[in-house]
Amino acid sequence: MIQDKDRKREVIVKRVAKELKDGDLVNLGIGLPTQVVNYIPEGVDVLLHSENGFVGLGPTPKPEDEDRKVVNAGAQPASHVKGAAYFDSAMSFTIIRGGHLDITVLGALQVDQKGNLANWMIPGKMVPGMGGAMDLVVGAKKVIVAMEHTAKGDAKILKQCNLPLTAAGEVDMIVTEMGVMMVTPQGLMLTEIAPETTVEEIVSMTEAELIIAEDLKVMDV
Amino acid sequence: MNKIKTIDQALDSIKDGMTIAVGGFLGVGSPEKLIDAVIAKGIKNITLICNDTAFPDKGVGKWVVNKNVSKAIISHIGTNPESGRQMNAGELEVELVPQGTLAERVRAAGAGLGGVLTPTGIGTIVEQGKQKLNVGGKDYLLELPLKADVALIKGCIVDKKGNVYYNKSTRNFNTLMATAADLVIVEAEKVVEVGEIDPSDVMTPSIFVDVIVE
Repeated sequence: MIQDKDRKREVIVKRVAKELKDGDLVNLGIGLPTQVVNYIPEGVDVLLHSENGFVGLGPTPKPEDEDRKVVNAGAQPASHVKGAAYFDSAMSFTIIRGGHLDITVLGALQVDQKGNLANWMIPGKMVPGMGGAMDLVVGAKKVIVAMEHTAKGDAKILKQCNLPLTAAGEVDMIVTEMGVMMVTPQGLMLTEIAPETTVEEIVSMTEAELIIAEDLKVMDV
Repeated sequence: MNKIKTIDQALDSIKDGMTIAVGGFLGVGSPEKLIDAVIAKGIKNITLICNDTAFPDKGVGKWVVNKNVSKAIISHIGTNPESGRQMNAGELEVELVPQGTLAERVRAAGAGLGGVLTPTGIGTIVEQGKQKLNVGGKDYLLELPLKADVALIKGCIVDKKGNVYYNKSTRNFNTLMATAADLVIVEAEKVVEVGEIDPSDVMTPSIFVDVIVE
């Protein structure tokens, strides 16, 4: 399996980027998911949604080009692309909740084989609030969890989440540095495996029961 | 009718214990001068309705640091360590609301609706204490309107009648808060004559605005 931290992250975001289709409206969560933008295939034109109120989020500006009225959902300096549109928070979540957002990519503390996601609090330890995460996971047409497979060796892909949920049964796909898993009516199915990785390794680092796809492929990363 | 007042005059109507809705997203688009004036006046026991508690030195984050707030109805407090500290110490009551639900609850109050039905929060602790309704085979939570005594908003260009234009990502919750309070005070980055804002560019119509400060 892949050991190098940077290579792990690269594998995850490269693979997620391949899910983006021309014309998609996409919301990328703070942290690792944000980096997906660097690997969008050529010829694929996507619009990025920013919860704080616009579609058409652009690249991080140079310090001299920063505009304090243009920030992303993490309050970092941002830019907008040609054809962008600004709006208020009700419109922002109309887009999210109303089925107008094609893909949301988020990190997770835990995700389970039924597609439940926990990513917003650890009782007694970390209670930042859910922000827009609950709406994003409920509303987006496709929910992709992008994360490292384990947290310091502890499984994050579980039979059942034990942290407070962000949403129940909404996750469609999990992409880690070890493989790609799809939430199906039959259970969690491993459909792709990362290079230099064995099925046994993935199974040993996953608490959830994995169904191994008959046509298991190697991740193209 | 002259809506333009000094900040001191505008603050005459703000008292301890009021529910105050404030525009802004992590401090961007927040009325910083009004926020500072509330601190200077020493207003206490505010119930705050806002997207987030911003940062310790920005937006309503400054109210948390100065202990002006006793309750926050909010979607995110993670960028202001003081909010979490006060919550854990029992000094600040925090009602966490999903961001889209917060927007719709404020909108409902402003729009005269008895509540909104949202799928957000189903199957999570957000369900607790709320009525669940099944409509067309799908479960929704009934979320109730959120109304404030006062709304403090920030406009980029405001005409002397109170029409407001917001630039870029400063709009966020400002338009919503302006509809859902008994008294609406707008802090204007720039005040212009009536007619200088094209009516098609007005984002908060003047009828919502009671007081303008510069």
